[in-house]
Amino acid sequence: MSTLNFKIKSQTEKLSIVRDFITEAACNFGFDDESASNIALAVDEACTNIIKHAYENQPDHEIDISLRMNNQVFEIVVTHQGKLFDPRLFKSPDIKDYIAHPRRGGLGIRIMKLLMDDVEYKILPDKKCEVHLRKKLTSETLRSR
Amino acid sequence: MSNFKVEIREIQDIKIIDLRGYLDAHTAPELEKVFQTLMEGKKFNIVVNCKELNYISSAGLGVFMAYIEDVRKNNGDIKLTNMSPKVYNIFDLLGFPLLYDITKDEAEAIRKFTSFKK
Repeated sequence: MSTLNFKIKSQTEKLSIVRDFITEAACNFGFDDESASNIALAVDEACTNIIKHAYENQPDHEIDISLRMNNQVFEIVVTHQGKLFDPRLFKSPDIKDYIAHPRRGGLGIRIMKLLMDDVEYKILPDKKCEVHLRKKLTSETLRSR
Repeated sequence: MSNFKVEIREIQDIKIIDLRGYLDAHTAPELEKVFQTLMEGKKFNIVVNCKELNYISSAGLGVFMAYIEDVRKNNGDIKLTNMSPKVYNIFDLLGFPLLYDITKDEAEAIRKFTSFKK
């Protein structure tokens, strides 16, 4: 398994750096352009939720981003030490209800779940929270050579 | 330097918002300000031209979601035009073509507003 790690400050202006980094890594792993940019969007959503909800827009905290590339699975682990993130409180809205009653919020988690194969939240004993986003390289998402 | 730009034009009393670049949690407040100004000015016929929009995340979508009901209550609409396939795919993924009037080009959106008035 190969890994890549980097850190950002909890600032929304860092999101473009995250997207560029993830897109390039996903392309290098073998994903086509569309899949790579979808993965970058999912990671953007994870980081945005952490900045807004876990760190409540305080700009001086750290977010760790780790890429774990193993066989055909591309996994991004986003770690923070902010407010504990209970995904049950952020369940993705029923889309029919959402359209009937448009409102802000709740879309980020839905986007993550729709774009990735698997989204998992873990709370570690040292009060760190991890968001795991996984996507498998398949014949549909593979870059043509 | 911001990687996002928003500009407003007016055609036949319809406000056209041109979006350019990357609309994410960092840049969405710029679009929010524009919508606030339009609401304060009671401008409810709005076309959002996405021709130069490269990227949208939930923060950008949230701005449209926040205003669509108020706009429609005032007999207006937010019509979205000229989306690239990449941006349209995000709307489509979420089922938003059911919620928003998305047209191929700006002229069609303007025509819908003006023909509705007659």
